[in-house]
Amino acid sequence: MKEISPEAKEKIEDLLKRYPVRRSALLEVLHIVQQEWGYIDEEGEEAVASLLGLEPVQLHEVVSFYSMYERRPAGRHIIRVCRNLSCTLMGAEPIITYLKKKLKVEEGETTEDGKFTLETAECLGACELAPVMQIDGEFYGNLTPEKIDEILERIK
Amino acid sequence: MTLVITPWFGKVKIEDYIGAGGYQGARKALFMAPDEIIEEVKRSNLRGRGGAGFPTGIKWSFVPKDSPKEKYLCINADEGEPGTFKDKYIMREAPHLLIEGAIIASWAVGINTAYIYIRGEYGKVALILEKAIEEAYAKGFLGKNIFGTDFSLDIFVHRGAGAYICGEETALIESLEGKRGQPRIRPPFPATYGLYGCPTVVNNVETLANLPAIIKNGGEWFASLGVGKSGGTKLFAVSGHVKRPGLYELPMGTSLKTLIYDYAGGIRGNHRLKGVIPGGSSSPILKPEEIEVPLDYESLAQAGSMLGSGAVIVLDETACMAKVLQVITRFYAHESCGQCTPCRQGTAWMARIAERIVRGMGREGDVDLLMDIARSMMGKTICPLADAAAMPVIAICEKYREELEEHIRERKCPVERE
Ligand SMILES: Cc1cc2nc3c(=O)[nH]c(=O)nc-3n(C[C@H](O)[C@H](O)[C@H](O)COP(=O)(O)O)c2cc1C
Ligand code: SF4
Ligand code: FES
Repeated sequence: MKEISPEAKEKIEDLLKRYPVRRSALLEVLHIVQQEWGYIDEEGEEAVASLLGLEPVQLHEVVSFYSMYERRPAGRHIIRVCRNLSCTLMGAEPIITYLKKKLKVEEGETTEDGKFTLETAECLGACELAPVMQIDGEFYGNLTPEKIDEILERIK
Repeated sequence: MTLVITPWFGKVKIEDYIGAGGYQGARKALFMAPDEIIEEVKRSNLRGRGGAGFPTGIKWSFVPKDSPKEKYLCINADEGEPGTFKDKYIMREAPHLLIEGAIIASWAVGINTAYIYIRGEYGKVALILEKAIEEAYAKGFLGKNIFGTDFSLDIFVHRGAGAYICGEETALIESLEGKRGQPRIRPPFPATYGLYGCPTVVNNVETLANLPAIIKNGGEWFASLGVGKSGGTKLFAVSGHVKRPGLYELPMGTSLKTLIYDYAGGIRGNHRLKGVIPGGSSSPILKPEEIEVPLDYESLAQAGSMLGSGAVIVLDETACMAKVLQVITRFYAHESCGQCTPCRQGTAWMARIAERIVRGMGREGDVDLLMDIARSMMGKTICPLADAAAMPVIAICEKYREELEEHIRERKCPVERE
């Protein structure tokens, strides 16, 4: 069984002080665990459940509700490309097609070398830069195929 | 022109913020009686910038004064309404404006703990906020005995994890309690039964960022910047087919046309305007002949739309309205939390119909069917997401019916795409 590292546990203990109710820290705790393991599967759910004194089913309900938690091993970098309105108006569809072709994956899949996972996202709150994608939380806007080539090249 | 929020942009470090006069509002507030602040905010005609436009002072006055329970402030930084990116600018460019506003609101309502619920995708912005909060603690502006008074306030940043519905205030509270973000049935309202069952104020980031100026300059001053019952200025997030997409702060009552042509540079290329969604994707679209409308809550409501979050999405003639319908309906179907049957089924059904129209498989009568489904969803659900999904569909179907019918008849897009 996988263990949550002492460093992560320390961060979590710190977080728990912020709330009068332990369960409140859940979303933040899951972010920390995901950062450490890359994803949260059943084992992850159980580990977090026992840490916070919750039932595994309570964990499952939450993890499956929120789109930012990965359920399976994902690539080292997660690409979230926006498919909402402003981005679509500015050409998100050809951008998504280009990314799929370039990475040889479909939505939700990881490249063969395990480097990138491609996901589509709803409005990322960066419509002034449409079309937009996020890689590991960093925004990249005004995308063109050439720009995508450059950006992906730079990420190791 | 007097601006309230954007002049602070770039003053990220606390020294720069204080140097420009920052935290004077909070200092002044803490030496005012809480009721006096609430009255001042009522006079300011400040209305909630999260979308619903509810008067802020009145919302605060619903919180019971004699409750023995803790009270909480939930700062809504979920910013998920498509087209909206204003709160990101406030938090990234002037995080102390938000902290100062939170101090004022908390003192006025008697709150000692505030959580900033920020959408998970704004991870980098959350770090900026955390840094700013640390700076404020170090100066004694947060924590115990703020400005040497008896008042204490703690602020914590809490990241969401990718669910639009968590921007709805009761879903936000559920999510902050570590649960799925499913809206609660009201009443009871958060003012009496919110976070952990305690009295809770939920306010949007931009709402709070206006408070320092209101306290410094007075409610009447703020009210006079705007028009009618819409006090102050507003941040407008402009995107889509304009030359200069971006964030613009303008007095309430400025015309939509001025915003688009004088500020956002007008329509890109040599294209013609086709429509404007004035307040985020759930606000009904306006046609080119309707864009003289003043940007304030009453005027937009009169024009059959909404000021919403102030997210202006501009469409030129290259936009295919079937595609627009598809994107909007898919979004709400994806984000419905599924608790209410009309919402869960209605959004999914509308999305299927819009998609088949785009793919050239639309059927005669689909436009009427879309409108029927949308109408039957409204006013029947736990939260307003169902209405938010229905309203734009009805407006697009009514105003662009011919184009949609042609798309269905010809089995392809009638709009020449670039
Ligand atoms: C589906 C839905 C999503 C919402 N999303 C947000 C949001 O992202 N940010 C926000 O401030 N308010 C959002 N709201 C409005 C909140 O419910 C609430 O009215 C607001 O946070 C109150 O703050 P205010 O009075 O300062 O505007 C949303 C409402 C609904 C129904
Ligand atoms: S209206 Fe939709 S989103 Fe709101 S509570 Fe009902 S099902 Fe959930
Ligand atoms: S629509 Fe793509 S970031 Fe907003």
